Amino acid sequence: MSLANNLSTSMISSSSSAFLAPTSFNASRTRSVSVPLKSLNIVKCVATPQEQQIAYKTKVSRNANIAKLQAGYLFPEVARRRAAHLLKYPNAQVISLGIGDTTEPIPDVITSAMAKRSHALSTLEGYSGYGAEQGEKAVRAALASTFYGNLGIEEEDIFVSDGAKCDISRLQVVFGSNVTMAVQDPSYPAYVDSSVIMGQTGQFQKDVEKYANIEYMRCTPENGFFPDLSTVARTDIIFFCSPNNPTGAAATREQLTRLVQFAKDNGSIIVYDSAYALYMSDENPRSIFEIPGAKEVAIETASFSKYAGFTGVRLGWTVVPKQLLFSDGFPVAKDFNRIVCTCFNGASNISQAGGLACLSPEGLEAMQEVIGFYKENTKIIVETFNSLGFKVYGGQNAPYVWVHFPGRNSWDVFSEILEKTHIVTTPGSGFGPGGEGFIRVSAFGHRENVLEACRRFKQLYN
Amino acid sequence: MYKLSACCSMSCGISLPPKMILASLRVHKQGNGRCTNVPRNVNLEKLQNNYLFPEISKRELQHLEKYPNAKVISLGIGDTTEPIPEQISLSMANYAHALSTAEGYRGYGAEQGNQVLRKAIAETFYKDVAIKDTEVFVSDGAQCDISRLQLLLGSKVTIAVQDPSFPAYIDSSVIIGQAGDFQDKTGKYQNIEYMQLGPQNNFFPDLTITPRTDIIFFCSPNNPTGHAATRRQLQQLVEFARDNGSIIIFDSAYATYVSDDSPKSIFEIPGAKEVAIEISSFSKFAGFTGVRLGWTVVPEELLFSGGFPVIHDFNRIVCTCFNGASNIAQAGGLACLSPEGFQAIRAVIDYYKENARILVDTFASLGLEVYGGVNAPYVWVHFPGSKSWNVFAEILEKTHIITVPGSGFGPGGAEYIRINAFGRRERIIEASWRLEKLFSMGKSPLLTV
Repeated sequence: MSLANNLSTSMISSSSSAFLAPTSFNASRTRSVSVPLKSLNIVKCVATPQEQQIAYKTKVSRNANIAKLQAGYLFPEVARRRAAHLLKYPNAQVISLGIGDTTEPIPDVITSAMAKRSHALSTLEGYSGYGAEQGEKAVRAALASTFYGNLGIEEEDIFVSDGAKCDISRLQVVFGSNVTMAVQDPSYPAYVDSSVIMGQTGQFQKDVEKYANIEYMRCTPENGFFPDLSTVARTDIIFFCSPNNPTGAAATREQLTRLVQFAKDNGSIIVYDSAYALYMSDENPRSIFEIPGAKEVAIETASFSKYAGFTGVRLGWTVVPKQLLFSDGFPVAKDFNRIVCTCFNGASNISQAGGLACLSPEGLEAMQEVIGFYKENTKIIVETFNSLGFKVYGGQNAPYVWVHFPGRNSWDVFSEILEKTHIVTTPGSGFGPGGEGFIRVSAFGHRENVLEACRRFKQLYN
Repeated sequence: MYKLSACCSMSCGISLPPKMILASLRVHKQGNGRCTNVPRNVNLEKLQNNYLFPEISKRELQHLEKYPNAKVISLGIGDTTEPIPEQISLSMANYAHALSTAEGYRGYGAEQGNQVLRKAIAETFYKDVAIKDTEVFVSDGAQCDISRLQLLLGSKVTIAVQDPSFPAYIDSSVIIGQAGDFQDKTGKYQNIEYMQLGPQNNFFPDLTITPRTDIIFFCSPNNPTGHAATRRQLQQLVEFARDNGSIIIFDSAYATYVSDDSPKSIFEIPGAKEVAIEISSFSKFAGFTGVRLGWTVVPEELLFSGGFPVIHDFNRIVCTCFNGASNIAQAGGLACLSPEGFQAIRAVIDYYKENARILVDTFASLGLEVYGGVNAPYVWVHFPGSKSWNVFAEILEKTHIITVPGSGFGPGGAEYIRINAFGRRERIIEASWRLEKLFSMGKSPLLTV
């Protein structure tokens, strides 16, 4: 079996959230990595070689930080489950409301710009080689004026990326291993996982399902999905996502003011993930920099992924205000710039051409239409679960619906939904222990599929 | 308040070497309570200067400010100049258009890269050495993958680099915390093993005097020296790695510039799959410096000391810290590897190689010691007894040509200048002419003869 298959159908426990990390390899490479087999739908042949050859091993130790990770990254795990399900039911009409992957075509005005840039690369006048690592000037300027016009964030504070996920890791590289961090619980798994990889955390503690040294800020219906900051220990870095993935909660101005004050009092840095800002329906801040004083305590990261369907095109940005300083007075932006110049080489010029088109009046309008489409999907899903008597959260300010299944194990619910309705969702515990008992349903999908999914949910839960 | 200049590096007096520039602008704490309490990453403090290439850009800008009418010729940063062949950009344009259709729209791609592209890379470059598509990870460029590999390896491994070498190996090592302190006296980081290269050892390190390190970065054809290691040399390297249980990170970004029968992949050497990772790029191959596409090969056989496959951890990094190369760039990559695409690209590579030949001839005819330029788009010129930043400055001042001072690549580059062969033919010829004027008839104080 090819390694790709191995990586996509690795041994998975169906009833626990702790996944087995090692995979097995084809024995024709004369090596066997023994992996305990749990009960599975997939039969994997792991033959041991006839001649017990001892495989050559280097003397390089495995990075202990990576060894701390409990399982694969969440979304490839969900993808594995989906693939396994399709093997079991090859004719099933699987509907994916799991991984938050956009489905609707990119508006013409945007793709035309990218096509034009591509063509230009074949001409003498239009060819460009290395771009500025921080991003093309026009894009940075357009981002500044579109999103931060009256907030005092300038072009040079903005760094264009190939997506927020990549910048999260680059920020971790900037911070290094000797900082402590806090995350919302539940939260987008890249914050925790990148922190583990960077060496900021201790071991995973199975009893509480948390990594030692990370401060998990519980966000529940009881506290309106905003942490009780009076119970939160000081950490150097605070990751905060609003509108939130996975809960869909959007922090109010009052809440963010408290958060900024908390950061100020503690001398902490907020890394504010605003990837879903344009999904906001209510009058909540879209940027942390709407809060006075935020420039001295916050970095903001954002993405074109969910606005323009750029999940595959790859484009985002990070704002590091020049006012943000380390404890010795050194500007964080300078170090971020150094990382960007050394560990990155700029977002693709074609993607950036698309980004610029996104920010034209026509492009912004077109993006709003697509966002509106997904918001309508979200509404349909919310209504469905409401009508079935579930406690439903989110969906108002984000393309995610957070459904409560009190007392139930979320991977079990995930499996049950998958098995009985052929719908892929995401189990809440994948986002942290605070997600246990919840399922995240994402609202990206063709309208027919979303409607069909809702029909099936109604059938299952009526 | 600290102000960042538009090119995001500090403005400074032209004649200061980079180290002094940084020191003179160290920020004084404001003392007004506006700092956070977050300590700066000590590893970043250890970096001596700005990354080399933005520094070169800065010098170019300063020079242009001083001589606004100068016709500056950039042979510094290795930036490709020739348009991408049409069939390749057409495929990218078509892919972009398709993203506006229901059938053609694609969202997240596999983080490891498009399956078809991975297969094409395996078949094009590794057909005879049995590297599988599942061992190929598509990236947004080798520079990015170097840092991802460092994240994979962590702070507790030791590294060796060629000296001189592409600065990202050392800088990423410092950033991740492997390198120890910089020692002013030697110009080296304490924990890094610098394997000196020069004409005296045929640009291949003397492995008999090289201590063991966990990781060995090795670039061939080499940036900046242009030397392509021979089969025998690479056999020695693989043997050395095997004996020491080390991992070679083989940078083959310039493989398609090889003119002789030097190996193009480390995996041509038997036994390499158990000791090596190979990184590569479409940048210099296809003019994709701005498009952003590359790949890394991690063989399944490569194991950590406990037997854990390296590929598994690299996959985890790729899934967590990355989200795949742009799908449009990948469509372009696939077109590059079609027979017509590859042929068109070969023509561009030959164009740059002819540039290199012209530059080599120029320097040789001036009686200067010149290396490289045969298997790589870099020409490495020796100015014995000189300081490379001074040579750089002299050349820039007198001929308006940007080069790269060898010491930017490590202490082993101290007396050398790197000139790259990317550029329009006319500019290369013009540059050659200007260099001839400067160096002939002993006009330059740089020529000690």
